[in-house]
Amino acid sequence: MWNKESIETQWAGWTERVERVMAAVRPYRHRLALFLAVVGPGLIVSNVDNDAGGIYTYAQSGAKFGNTVLWSLIPMTIALYVSLEMCSRMGAVTGKGLSDLIREEFGFRVTFVLMALVLIVNLGNVMAEFTGVFWASEVFGISRFISVPLAGLLVWALVVAGTAKAVERIFLTVCVVYFSYVISAFLAKPEWLIALLHLLPPQLMHYIPSVRQWVEVPPFNASYMVILAGLVGTTIAPWQHFYLQAAVVEKRVGPRQYPATRNDVLVGSISCMVIVFFILVCTSSTLHSSGVHDIDNAGTAALALKPLAGKWATALFALGLLNASLFAASILPLSTSYVVCEAMGFESGIDRKFGEAKIFYALYTALIALGVVFVLFLGRFAQTILLWSQVLNGFLLPVVMIFVLILVNRRDLMGEKVNPKGFNWVAWISTAAMIGLTLIVAYSSIRELLTHPSS
Amino acid sequence: MLYATELMGAKTYDSQGNYVGRIKEFFIEPADQPNRIAHYLLGRGRFQPLVARHDQVASVAPGTMRLNVNERLLDPYEPNEAWLAVQKDLLDQQIIDTSGRKVVRVNDVDLAEQRTNGNVELRVTQVDVGLPGAVRRLFQGIAPQKFIRKMQQRLPPSSIRWEFVNLVEPDPLRRVKLRITHEKLEDLHPADLADIMEELSAAERQGIIASLDEETAAAVLGELDARLTSQIVERLDPEKAADILEEMAPDAAADLLADLPKETSEELLDEMPGQEAQEVRELLEYDPATAGGMMNTDFVFVGERATREEVLKWMRDQELNLDQLDTIVLLDKAAQFSGTVPVARLLLAEPEQTLFELKMEPLLSLPPDASDKEVFEIFDKYNLRMLTIVDEDNRPMGTITVDDVVSKLLK
Repeated sequence: MWNKESIETQWAGWTERVERVMAAVRPYRHRLALFLAVVGPGLIVSNVDNDAGGIYTYAQSGAKFGNTVLWSLIPMTIALYVSLEMCSRMGAVTGKGLSDLIREEFGFRVTFVLMALVLIVNLGNVMAEFTGVFWASEVFGISRFISVPLAGLLVWALVVAGTAKAVERIFLTVCVVYFSYVISAFLAKPEWLIALLHLLPPQLMHYIPSVRQWVEVPPFNASYMVILAGLVGTTIAPWQHFYLQAAVVEKRVGPRQYPATRNDVLVGSISCMVIVFFILVCTSSTLHSSGVHDIDNAGTAALALKPLAGKWATALFALGLLNASLFAASILPLSTSYVVCEAMGFESGIDRKFGEAKIFYALYTALIALGVVFVLFLGRFAQTILLWSQVLNGFLLPVVMIFVLILVNRRDLMGEKVNPKGFNWVAWISTAAMIGLTLIVAYSSIRELLTHPSS
Repeated sequence: MLYATELMGAKTYDSQGNYVGRIKEFFIEPADQPNRIAHYLLGRGRFQPLVARHDQVASVAPGTMRLNVNERLLDPYEPNEAWLAVQKDLLDQQIIDTSGRKVVRVNDVDLAEQRTNGNVELRVTQVDVGLPGAVRRLFQGIAPQKFIRKMQQRLPPSSIRWEFVNLVEPDPLRRVKLRITHEKLEDLHPADLADIMEELSAAERQGIIASLDEETAAAVLGELDARLTSQIVERLDPEKAADILEEMAPDAAADLLADLPKETSEELLDEMPGQEAQEVRELLEYDPATAGGMMNTDFVFVGERATREEVLKWMRDQELNLDQLDTIVLLDKAAQFSGTVPVARLLLAEPEQTLFELKMEPLLSLPPDASDKEVFEIFDKYNLRMLTIVDEDNRPMGTITVDDVVSKLLK
């Protein structure tokens, strides 16, 4: 059997097969190359979204309401895609960033107020990211006085020393670490079929007799709505829109490359939600089903997994958290200072030298430094900050979305590429839903902050 | 010194002292005078807005403007494409600062008063792109005038004189009406202009390229990012695009066309004159990662027996592309490649020396299908500035210059 001839004939068969596969793939190679050339912004922007605050919210939702929150993932994917796609299209057609367009069309004062809000909200987000680093390092037993300053320094150096292209490549590679959640979820041994069933609207499933017994109907009460709003608030964030549009412009995407960018955004939105699905399933099948319904931070969620899914699940969950926090902590300060400087007309960009873009680098450094200092010395307020940053995100998102919708429907800017009618409907409805949900979360968070100011 | 922001919204009274309306906009009529505020738009709430001409203004101060005529003599407002609106077309928009060679955003417009008997004219002196203008925009109408003036004095000023301001108007018809020319841009180095273009929007880039002369446009396209170049060429009128391509070096034109969809590049090649199109077509056949894909078919060659004097005289009579004129390719009697002579050597030679005596050693050349790696290695090893590419019969087909190598390495 192992004589020379048989090996040779088998080998020949293989080379032939490989050739055939290559021949079949060849026509797509060009398309793939085009996709890879513009891939990135969409994938990065939706994955940074699964940051510290996000993971905390997902873990909490999974623990509290189990599988009953899963149905919201599909509508959320659509809303995320629709809102991001509009920005990437605007970038490709006009060649201008979102903040530039707002400045040109709505004037200085409106832009200034909006940028001030963006700055405040994103400072809150940066603080939340460094809190995530703190939580994750706690799981591994490392002091925050070592891990957090180190993370801050790493993030700062990465951008100041590296070039834009290298940084983006690192980020794209880091996206792979998100798979640690997938493995974590598998280690938790959930009931996959039941989880998948809950992706469909539970009310509808409830009327199908054969599957009825496995479906849990969500309790549409106040705390459920708050969790739902929290999910939306952490998934669709205002800064994403600014970042994505600026990145599309930076990548020189034009109308001809635009379809590839749209696919990038689509793949990004879906992959982001797939990760959310695995986090939810992981926490729901372990924490929720064994009665752990309240967790006070994402690190606790990781630790709570240990007796239920083993130490590897814990380690992977914490690794995912660390990665997400670092990833977001490197992107958020950068994108914030970029957007603010562009809108106000200051020199910006990491390709500039320090002396040329002082305000840009000062802002960037200050955002990181404040984030680190906050976690080191005021870490006990982490919960409050996280809550507040979500509230502020929630307030800012509808404002940004309305600007986006007005601009994207302007024929003088977009020409033929204004929103198609049906698309516009979806966009306005999801904006209205987001406004509704964020108002709920804002209301309940403010009430909580007023009644329990110490928490 | 007055600022457009301060005057915006000023109450206007006519010669009898009756209130007319508030200033809503200033218009410059570039066809008439490039820097004079020619018309003032007066908003009157739900009544039809009026327009005051520059010679109907008696005095201007922050908050109030007085006219030297009766309200009845003012014209009703009609939109006019040939008027440049300060608020709509200038404030918050990007302009090109031709002296600083960069793109900036306008925060405010500075105005100077010019008095003649009973009449005040406003002239635009500079645009404010710094913090003082930003502070005025932010606090105007919210904080008291004195406070704003005091605050802006402490901030570092940053403004651009009106002569150096180059507006970017994507609409070609309006550009003509507003007398916007890009002559000042044509004086910039193509590389600087390319940097400026990269900061503008797609439509603005298009507008600038369309209004530049073909030679400058070709030079700028050669400096721009490859993806931007193809986007621009794709949207140009094919005839104009072909004219620009003709001005480019054949290798640069071929690189550009290779990035375009097949139909577009065919269409452009058909528009180009036969010989140029033929050269570009031949270059397009080569893989960009080979010597053939990097070479330029536009090079200077002479017979090796010619003397320095003869060559110089011949070269003076030719219209040669000076950027390419670095090294001369020599041919022997059989029209085969026999060597190269750098222009520097030619410069220092005796008048009667033949080029054969001046040629470089060793004799180097590569076939067009040599890989780009081989090209890099040979340039590195022999410190070349130019390399000749020859066909199977040892006839020179083109040359690769060191700048081709640098741009290839940076990709």
